This record gives sequence, C-alpha cells and structure tokens, in this order.
Amino acid sequence: MANILALVEHRQGTIRDITYELLTYGRKLAEKMDGKLTGVILGHNTGDFTESVKKHAHRVVVADHEVFKDFNAETYQHALADIIQKENPFLTLIGNTAFGIDLCPALATQLGVPFTTDCIGVEIADKKVRVTRQLYDGKMDAHVYLSEGPSYMLTLRSGTCAAEEGNLTADIQKIEASITSQPDYKKFVEYIEAAVGDVDITKADVLVGVGRGIKEQANMSMIEDFAKAIGGVVACSRPIVDANWLPKDRQVGSSGKTVKPKLYIAVGISGAFQHIAGMKNADTIIAINKDPNAPIFNEADYGIVEDLFKVVPALKNKIMEMKQ
Amino acid sequence: MDLIVCIKRVPQTAEAEVKIDGSGKDIVKDRLTFDMNEADSYALEEAILLKEKSGGNITAVSLGSAEAEDTLRIALAKGADSAIRIKLEDFGELDGFKTAALIREAIKDIKFDAILTGCMSTDDSYYQVGPTLAEMLGIPHATLVSKIEVADQKAHVHRELEGGLIEHLEMSLPAVFAVQTGINEPRYASLIAIRRAAGKEIKVIGKEEISSEAKLNSTLEELFIPPVGERAEILTGTPDEVSKRTAEIIKEKGLI
Ligand SMILES: Cc1cc2nc3c(=O)[nH]c(=O)nc-3n(C[C@H](O)[C@H](O)[C@H](O)COP(=O)(O)OP(=O)(O)OC[C@H]3O[C@@H](n4cnc5c(N)ncnc54)[C@H](O)[C@@H]3O)c2cc1C
Ligand SMILES: Nc1ncnc2c1ncn2[C@@H]1O[C@H](COP(=O)(O)O)[C@@H](O)[C@H]1O
Repeated sequence: MANILALVEHRQGTIRDITYELLTYGRKLAEKMDGKLTGVILGHNTGDFTESVKKHAHRVVVADHEVFKDFNAETYQHALADIIQKENPFLTLIGNTAFGIDLCPALATQLGVPFTTDCIGVEIADKKVRVTRQLYDGKMDAHVYLSEGPSYMLTLRSGTCAAEEGNLTADIQKIEASITSQPDYKKFVEYIEAAVGDVDITKADVLVGVGRGIKEQANMSMIEDFAKAIGGVVACSRPIVDANWLPKDRQVGSSGKTVKPKLYIAVGISGAFQHIAGMKNADTIIAINKDPNAPIFNEADYGIVEDLFKVVPALKNKIMEMKQ
Repeated sequence: MDLIVCIKRVPQTAEAEVKIDGSGKDIVKDRLTFDMNEADSYALEEAILLKEKSGGNITAVSLGSAEAEDTLRIALAKGADSAIRIKLEDFGELDGFKTAALIREAIKDIKFDAILTGCMSTDDSYYQVGPTLAEMLGIPHATLVSKIEVADQKAHVHRELEGGLIEHLEMSLPAVFAVQTGINEPRYASLIAIRRAAGKEIKVIGKEEISSEAKLNSTLEELFIPPVGERAEILTGTPDEVSKRTAEIIKEKGLI
C-alpha cells in the first residue's frame, strides 16, 4: 500500500500553517494511490495538536514527550527514523521551512531514502515520483525524478497548495518517544525574538519596498524621499538588510515580516518566492524593474519595465504635482 | 580552528535573461557572468573571522569546472590557505546528495573543527549539501546559521527561522554550519592579494584520486519556463508617461 506520512510542524505551542498544506497535499496524493495519510506529531502536551490534525489525516501517530517541545533536528531525526522504519511509508512529506531543511537531508541520508527539497509540485505515477523544483533565482522550473528507492522523502515549499478544511476522523496511535533527552552535541537553548524597531511596516498603508536594484547605499535617500512624497514607509528585500542599509524590522518576506498594505511598490526587487511570501496579499502591487522577465511581474498588478533611477524621481514629481 | 569552506561558482541569473539550451536540461551559459554563490561568500568570511580569532587553517573546496579555480583564487586572496577543486567533468550528472558525497571524499584526509557551507546555492537551490555532508560524516549540523561563537570546543549558534525568530543552539565540534546571508560583512580581496593568489597552487582531484559510490538521489528530466499566472499590466511609454499613469492609478485607489 502506498501510504504517505506528513510531519506536523509546530512552534511555540502553535501548529504552523505549512502543516495544513502538507496534510491537504498529502491526503490528495495518498487517495490517488488508494493509500492513507498519516500525520506524525512529535511534541509535548499534544492534546490540542491531535484534535486539529485528526480532521486532516486518516491516521495520526503521536509521540508526546518534553524532549519534542521545541524543535531540534537531532531529536526529531532520531524519532522519525524509527517511525519511518516501522511505518514504511511510500513517501514522507516535510515542510521546506527552517525546520524542514535542517531535518530532511540528514534524515533521508541516514535512512538511505532518495529525497529532494523545495518541491512546488509532486506527481506519482507507476510508483515513480516526479517533482517540480525551481532553479536559477526562480527563472526556471525543472521536472526531476527521484531515483528508485524503498521509500521517498521530500520537502514541500509553503504555498504549493491551499490548506483545505478537514473532514476526516483519524485513528490516533500513541507511541513511546524513542529518544528522551537532547544529545550533548546539539542542544536547543532558547528562542530569541526579533528586535522591535521604531517603525512597524505591518501597520503602513503604503509601502515602498526597495531591493538590490538600488545598487548603493547612497541611493537609499532617493527611496526615502519618494516614500515621503507618497506618504509611505520604506521596506525592503533581504539583501538590503544583509548589507546593513536598513534594519531587520524593515525586511519583507518569509524570514522577515508579512505585510498587507493597500499599496506595495516594489523597486528593484526581483520577486524571489521568499519575498513574495511576505507581500503577496497587498491590495495593489506596482513593480518597477528593468528586467521584463523578473518574477515580480507575475505577482504585481501593474508593472513598469524601466530603469528605476529614471522612474522613481519622475513618479515622485508626478505625485507631488497631483498633491498640489 | 581548522576550517573547510565549500564554495560553488554559480551563474548570476537574477538580472539576466535565462534560456534553455538544446539539451533541454541546462541553461545557455555563454552570456552569463559567474561568481561565488552569495551565501558562500558569507561562509568564507565567517571562516576568516573565526581564523582571525583563534588561528588555524582554511581549506576552500569547490566541485566545479576549471573556471571554478578563479573563484577559489578569490577565496585564497581573501584569506583561505589552500584550495581544492574537484573536477566536475569527471563525475557526470550531479545532485545535492552526490555533491556532498564527493566533497566528503575530497576532504577525507583533512583535519578540521568545522565545515562551513552556504545555506543554499542560487542555481540549484537544494538547501542540502551542508546537512547531507554532516550526516555522511556523522557530525552535527545547523542550517540557516546567523551567528557562530566558539569557546572551549563548544559552539553557540543562532539559526534564523521564519519571521526573523532566532533559534539558539549549543553544539559540539566538529560540526557543519550552513551559513545564511547577512551573518557578517564579506570583505573585498585587495589587488595585491589577488595578484599573490594568482600564483598559488590549487589541488585538482578527479576520478583517479577519489571514488564515490554515491548514487544520484534525483535526476533532472527537463527544464521549462515557469508557467505564469495573471501577469501584471505593463505600463508603457517614457518614464514621464508611465509615471503619470502610475500616479493616476494610485490616485484612483484613493491613496494620494
Ligand atoms: C531561507 C531564506 C530566507 C529568505 N528570506 C527572505 C525574505 O524574508 N525576504 C527577502 O526579500 N528575501 C529573502 N531571501 C532571499 C531571496 O531568496 C532573494 O535572494 C532576495 O529576495 C533577492 O532580493 P532582491 O530582489 O532585492 O535582489 P535580486 O534578486 O538581486 O534582484 C534585484 C532586481 O533589481 C533589478 N534591477 C537592477 N538594477 C535596476 C535598475 N537600475 N532599475 C530597475 N531594476 C533594476 C534587477 O532586474 C533584479 O530583478 C531568503 C533566502 C533564503 C535562502
Ligand atoms: N559544487 C559545489 N562545490 C562546492 N560547494 C558546494 C557545491 N554545491 C553546493 N555547495 C555548498 O553547499 C551549499 C548549499 O548548496 P545547495 O545544497 O546546492 O543549496 C552551497 O552554498 C555551498 O557552500
């Protein structure tokens, strides 16, 4: 039987959205193969988790132990290796998240299970697994076959499918934790919350997002001036924070903030999915980029294919005129 | 601390036109520029900073074509002590798993306290090579690393999670750290250093020196242009014209 396992990801006592996407996707894949979807919960005080996951899977396997309260790839790897060996699933699904990428490659390597990461689509036919991945800054997609193995494993990018309401009632199977203390060589110590700055970009109606296209720190003032003219706040992509041109709390994206302004103007931002994840729900998106093939134009409502150094000052002037 | 840094030479595609070549499995590369993978320049800088604190040796390793030696020379100019190129041309199709297996073979005889990799390569985007290599070596790893502090053979490591939350770990050495961008400020190589590095020897190893039984975990079937959903309405005209139109749109939305 071609069964599927999906790992339930949680953090600080809450199940993360990726989990429901994995469960929805995994259930559909399992049903196509007349198999069953099993949700795997490793956690502590898992009662609520089990209640939520139960609706989305045919089975739920739960190992409840203090050691699983916070994620540690090593303890998770140890416990999951055991579970996978016992359950012998056709496919194990893990989120392509900060947790998933710390876990999947080492786990699959330990088990000798063919795997790949950051998939945005999975097809199974004749027991062959073909996935879609993105390469070259999101400018190419690839179909990739997993090599034949006893079982398969992959990480799925968030947003690959929309999470659906569950209507199942899973059988719950409680199992003993096969590891009860963190290994000496890798210990979770604590979470450190992101620092709070003086500007909250999640509250602004108008955001001007600036990216690497701005080229030099000296050009940042042009963006500040533009944002001021339009009554907006400056946000940015990751490379701007990496270069220390803006503080971390201005970063939009998966490892930054999720924003939902009325207007997001992306200036010199290519539109990597990690950035898109943070701003795709803006009411209106306008993108200024000189590359007509920049992925940002697939997300924007309006696009300007032009040198930002020409457009931004001109647009600022038009807005100033209009205000008078 | 003795350190190994894994460095990949990658095409710069963020601003370039990317086309599929005749094989359907690769992109047309002759018009692209190549450079050190972004995260790897942060991994290299972190290694140099660790070495500046506690001494030791840095070995830079790259699995790549002959041109990867240019990238390795940049690493030597910045502060790596020696460099190894694994001949890409000797090993056929690769994936993250096989890459890790080959790097493992190549560093077999090198003593190290830590291996630094980037968290992701911008061409293949596997997020795999670091943690896979660690598992093959039987040592711990951390990915998306945004801080490393070493004292008494213990490393205090920060990992960057979604939303900017940090996970603080305590790890023992040796270990593999897959470094996230922004962890430091990569230095530029001085012209003198680049000139000096031009004369340094790079150890080149191929199938005569290393054998790897590692099979591919995955095979590429084909590349294709990502399907586009609803594309933006592209505003055309001179900068002045598009600006006027854009300002009107913003006004229509009631935002001016
Ligand atoms: C785990 C992980 C988490 C990440 N989290 C985030 C995140 O939260 N947020 C985020 O933004 N990124 C994140 N990233 C990084 C992401 O993958 C991209 O590298 C990043 O978003 C690229 O930023 P960019 O668009 O500014 O730069 P680039 O991709 O370099 O794009 C620059 C763009 O500017 C355009 N341009 C250049 N010059 C001009 C000009 N004169 N006029 C007009 N256009 C011009 C170019 O055509 C290009 O499209 C993350 C990466 C990883 C691995
Ligand atoms: N061909 C290669 N040669 C050297 N290092 C590599 C190679 N491929 C990947 N790496 C390292 O592994 C990291 C992660 O790459 P990837 O798993 O492909 O996303 C990169 O940032 C490099 O440090």
